Amino acid sequence: MSKSTFTRRGVLRTGAVAGAGLALPTYLRAQDSGFTNAPGPDSVTLGFSVPLSGPYADEGADELRALELAVEHLNGEGDGGMLQTFSSKALDGTGILGRRVEYVSGDDQTKSDVARATARSMIEKDGAIMITGGSSSGTAVAVQALCQEVGIIFMAGLTHANDTTGKDRKANGFRHFFNSYMSGAALAPILASQYGTDRRAYHLTADYNWGYTTEEAIRASTEAMGWETVNSVLTPLTQTDFSSYIAPVLNSGADVLVLNHYGGNMVNSLTNAVQFGLREASANGKQFEIVVPLYSELMARGAGPNIKGILGSQNWDWKLENELGAKYSGTNAFVQSFGTKYGFPPSQAAHTCYVQTLLYADAVTRAGSFAPCAVVEALKDFEFDGLGNGPTLYRGDDHQCFKDVVVVRGKENPENEFDLVEIVEVTPVDQVTYPPDHPQFGGAEATLGTCNNGA
Amino acid sequence: MTDQTTQTGAIAPQADRSRAASGGFLGLGFRDFRLLMIVVALTLLAPFLLNPFPEGSAMAQFNAGYPDLMQRFVIFGIFAIGFNILFGLTGYLSFGHAAFLGVGSYAAIWMMKLVTTNIIPGIIASIIFAALFAVVVGFISLRRSGIYFSILTLAFAQMSYALAYSVLTPITGGETGLQIKSTDRPFLDNLEPGQIGRANLFGIDMRASQILEVGGWQFTFNVGYYVCAVVMILAFYMAIRIFRSPFGMMLRAVKSNQQRMNYTGLSPKPYTLAAFVISGMYAGLAGGLMVAMDTQVGPERMFWTASGEVVLMTILGGAGTLIGPVLGAGFIKYFENIVSKINSDILHGWFAFLPDGLEDFMVAIVYPFVGKGWHLTLGLMFMAVVIFLPGGLVEGGQRIARLFRRRKAADGATKSAAE
Repeated sequence: MSKSTFTRRGVLRTGAVAGAGLALPTYLRAQDSGFTNAPGPDSVTLGFSVPLSGPYADEGADELRALELAVEHLNGEGDGGMLQTFSSKALDGTGILGRRVEYVSGDDQTKSDVARATARSMIEKDGAIMITGGSSSGTAVAVQALCQEVGIIFMAGLTHANDTTGKDRKANGFRHFFNSYMSGAALAPILASQYGTDRRAYHLTADYNWGYTTEEAIRASTEAMGWETVNSVLTPLTQTDFSSYIAPVLNSGADVLVLNHYGGNMVNSLTNAVQFGLREASANGKQFEIVVPLYSELMARGAGPNIKGILGSQNWDWKLENELGAKYSGTNAFVQSFGTKYGFPPSQAAHTCYVQTLLYADAVTRAGSFAPCAVVEALKDFEFDGLGNGPTLYRGDDHQCFKDVVVVRGKENPENEFDLVEIVEVTPVDQVTYPPDHPQFGGAEATLGTCNNGA
Repeated sequence: MTDQTTQTGAIAPQADRSRAASGGFLGLGFRDFRLLMIVVALTLLAPFLLNPFPEGSAMAQFNAGYPDLMQRFVIFGIFAIGFNILFGLTGYLSFGHAAFLGVGSYAAIWMMKLVTTNIIPGIIASIIFAALFAVVVGFISLRRSGIYFSILTLAFAQMSYALAYSVLTPITGGETGLQIKSTDRPFLDNLEPGQIGRANLFGIDMRASQILEVGGWQFTFNVGYYVCAVVMILAFYMAIRIFRSPFGMMLRAVKSNQQRMNYTGLSPKPYTLAAFVISGMYAGLAGGLMVAMDTQVGPERMFWTASGEVVLMTILGGAGTLIGPVLGAGFIKYFENIVSKINSDILHGWFAFLPDGLEDFMVAIVYPFVGKGWHLTLGLMFMAVVIFLPGGLVEGGQRIARLFRRRKAADGATKSAAE
């Protein structure tokens, strides 16, 4: 009778010894390029961390579409999109610095923990040299801090809270999207001309960071032009029925309701407000009005007919160039190639991610290096045009883009499901610019720190 | 894993027998010692075991041997081991364990922001704060049992989450969470102005890694991972001792028949509360380690889905077994991090050898189960495990082992017959 001598420990031990033996002729590698995840000679990997599940899954899916399109264009496939209109001509459709662009994608679930984990796996496992995407300021701030720590460039996607380029700004992080302050500054003059300067406002604010900064910004700019803030109430983020918050509004003496809500929150609160008859009501002898500071096509679709006539602000709209002319060139080129590939126009989330990827690729090409500090130097105070927003500045002090802000209104008679908002006016960039040490942005204490190349 | 047969039952007489028989190593019976050694080997060799495919090959997608995921495997292993001490032994199903993980995390990050970026004080603080919180929650929740207990713990966890998300924003950073910033000056460290503190163990950076290249393979040895691995081995050893102790026996008695226990004159309350606090401390430890590995805390880690996840891990691996929860944790984290990253591009790459129409067809079939559909795949696996292997993955291992043993025995029988 034979007895097998294979035990689990025996096998493992043998494996370990064999592994050590194999390892002898090789070496323990250290990063010798001087920065984290230096790409090889043939390809470079970008990391797209977007919400594919959770409350912002729609935005995430649209971001991923745009990012895939950007990779195509960078590699010289498709019709080139905004590469034709971009004022910098460094990119020629041969990838980035002659390397083919590849990408990895992951689901950040709009949770800062998960977003960190997703980004870390992209950096550690897939060797991503840049991270972009995301649809919330919480994830943007968390991932931006990670990128600063490990020495990777972060090109923020949809993030609107002031903090991203305010008190939480980082040298390795960049934001193209506009912010709460800009929404307030852009909306205020339009609100004054449409509704007058003697209004009394009631705020309903989502109870988290983005809600706070948005309320602060809107209050500051509306009060500066003469409005009075009657009351402001925080609503839980998970709230789906806002009836109990809407009911007291009518008797509060207010004649404007500001909904500092986003996504599903905004769809629900707006629907409740319309059901309560606020649109038809009048207070203080004036027509009652509702304002939604941050607007998007995707939210307009969710809110349906309730959105009609409601004012709000946007970073970009796909109709910009058609309606306001060649100043916003790039818009049509992007809408054209997005529409050809996917069959519908892109959202502003898609636009900002696409532009961020192009800006990164361009900065690397101009710098002639993938090293994060070289990229930071190339993007610092970079002025460009032809990416859909008109002339734009990437300010070096806080890595925030400065450009015109679009003020929109829910369309009364939409022609189709993609044409739900109409552009009221575009607030020029001068009116939304603020000093880098503005109190809403962390004051004088907020600094970028120094750029980090990693190891 | 073959020594788990009797543990799902109420009282394991075998435990005492094996200990009495050996008296042996580290106060463990032979089988427990063997199990501990298996866990030690698995965790220490994880960088090899988790990277079975050469870099650059098509299968490299399935490699899991990078620091972040390896750390997560062991950290959630610790979390699940602790949960199992409560659920597996006493049968009390806590649906709010993530709250202790979160409390531990916040305690640890504040220690790092204020006191020192050395991880030891942070981890100790995380255990202490989690324990204090567990005493409060346990004292109230344990007044009830069954579904009412579960709901009470769930309520506490959701309350903690809501507080951390909004009301306590000055302390918790709200939605954005907390990170170590360049303005943080821990008073025991001498940081240069503007320097961002990094988590370290007496100066050794948790992020430091050595990469070993063997042929096409690449193995990463990360300092942080090995710190976690050592902590998990200690936590696992503690769990074995608890399982085999008279105290563990009392906990099993609570599970099997609390009324009978009452009638014999024993009050179950101190035992259940002790178990609850111990498992809360395990969760706090896991939370502290998470911060030590990645210096950030978000309130989502207290959300009810996080509490549900650890229940899934324990049941998937095998509730009441020693190694089951660790396996379950690894299984779920693998799906969350690896399967969720397969996108349609990669699928097209896999099926590129097929003719065009067929390729698209295959991609269309597989796509709903990967990428954002990883929840679906995990759900199906979970259902399959619960229906066909009620004892979890451990039972699967036992069945396979039994199959081999039977075959061997059968071989032996025929041989001896032939002789």
